[in-house]
Amino acid sequence: MTGNTPMADYNFAYLDEQTKRMIEQTKRMIRRAILKAIAVPGYQVPFASREMPMPYGWGTGGVQVTAAILGPDDVLKVIDQGADDTTNAVSIRAFFARTARVAVTTATADATIIQTRHRIPEATLTADQVLVYQVPIPEPLRFLEPRETETRTMHALSEYGLMHVKLYEDIARHGHIATAYAYPVQVAGRYVMDPSPIPKFDNPKMDDCPALQLFGAGREKRIYAIPPHTRVVSLDFEDHPFERNRFDVPCALCGATDSYLDEVVTDDQGGRMHVCSDTDHCESRRAKGHRGTMLADEPVHPADRRSKLEAAE
Amino acid sequence: MNANTPAPLLEARSLSKSYGGRPACRQVSLSLDAGEVLAIVGESGSGKSTLLNLLSGRLVPDTGSIRYRMRDGVARDLARMPEAERRLLARTDWGFVHQDAALGLRMNVSAGGNIGERLMAVGGRHYGDIRATAANWLTRVEIAVDRIDDKPTAYSGGMRQRLQIARNLVTSPRLVFMDEPTGGLDVSVQARLLDLIRGLVADLGLAVVLVTHDLAVARLLSHRIIVMKEGHVIESGLTDRVLDDPQAPYTQLLVSSVLAA
Repeated sequence: MTGNTPMADYNFAYLDEQTKRMIEQTKRMIRRAILKAIAVPGYQVPFASREMPMPYGWGTGGVQVTAAILGPDDVLKVIDQGADDTTNAVSIRAFFARTARVAVTTATADATIIQTRHRIPEATLTADQVLVYQVPIPEPLRFLEPRETETRTMHALSEYGLMHVKLYEDIARHGHIATAYAYPVQVAGRYVMDPSPIPKFDNPKMDDCPALQLFGAGREKRIYAIPPHTRVVSLDFEDHPFERNRFDVPCALCGATDSYLDEVVTDDQGGRMHVCSDTDHCESRRAKGHRGTMLADEPVHPADRRSKLEAAE
Repeated sequence: MNANTPAPLLEARSLSKSYGGRPACRQVSLSLDAGEVLAIVGESGSGKSTLLNLLSGRLVPDTGSIRYRMRDGVARDLARMPEAERRLLARTDWGFVHQDAALGLRMNVSAGGNIGERLMAVGGRHYGDIRATAANWLTRVEIAVDRIDDKPTAYSGGMRQRLQIARNLVTSPRLVFMDEPTGGLDVSVQARLLDLIRGLVADLGLAVVLVTHDLAVARLLSHRIIVMKEGHVIESGLTDRVLDDPQAPYTQLLVSSVLAA
């Protein structure tokens, strides 16, 4: 079966729709949860998460959210750790290309829905885009308070002192807030939220973002949201303010100094390189002629060669 | 109520609680003044822990009411207080010291974090201040300040108990509930802990409701005693009076059994 074969056995975007029999109301149920999540920013809305044709941990929450909001005219981009070409991203993209026959892209600017695992794209998002996060553990208080009844009460009563205990422990042990990913944020001055395991480098991008941000946790059966242009504050102490981590080297391929970098070990002699984790960002920069120190000369795209020749002249 | 006799800090009326038809606490009434230490004694199963849990709001009574005089001087019915307010009260104006320190501490959080939790819960957002306060409290409960970043799992039983006390007292509560605070500790550690508790209670003017089966602990710490048996209060009065001149036959038995030992 090829990727573009229509699949008459399936509903559009896999999930059953309200137009079918009464019991088939999965999309309606998820959309209701999403609407509620948008109405109460940062609040974890329970939903009846379904079995998906992929294992938990592969983005079943994000897939259900994407399936519920996807329309025939949408253009879908899927990234995993910033990359479009990793297993998780490729298989989810193929899944929707097959079950919804929507257009897919790797270009951030062209996408209307971006499903992501562990990153926010480097390119600035716009008001006509939706960012869907895959969330493994939605409860930011979980590791300090294992009881769900208790954490729910704490959310209801805004008792968030415990979140600072975690940051206190970081400073006591490491001298600074060592939490580097899944860094807790407070949304719209009310709910404290786990932004999923994105690096804290990405935290400032959530604040006042023009795009709608949706979070789906399949195994934990929770959906939450940040509506466009919502205040998102990373928790910190007065004498240990939130700091965005910086890299002291540029991307080895595109020379970017403002992007989140992955460290890649290149040999067993201690050789390593830092490259953009956002592959689309890196590629589009290279297409514009930016070059890092370790970018190979060949093969060069004809368009690049032409522009390089023009630049040389 | 005139100005010369201030209203009690805590006042319970006709508290009853049954577990599945089995009464654990029957029609218990008591009152506690500010700065007063009240010991609840009795044998295992006499209902003293149930009573403590009722008073501290950890259990809901089947019948009866509990009134607590807030810092503004107004006595409030705890059952009618919103949950948010009750929880705030429990972690600012009250303390609860468990027999098993693991229940009262966060065992996977350092000593400093354990003490600082209440401060952060009421809005403390300055790391340096929180840490300084935690270090100060460690000193007050006789724990070396260089143990501030150790987890309670690395502490001895006596140290855990002292840490638990510091964690509760950091917000300057007016009322502390203690459930067998010296249970399970060896005699010399017990003596030191009792000494510490007595000193802190006197310094801070704390009111304490203390549950113990050890009459020596009750004699050392408390001003007043109530004796429970099968869910009833069978005798109450000043500690010295009850222990030196017990009236009820059961209390006489209890006191004589200690002296004989």
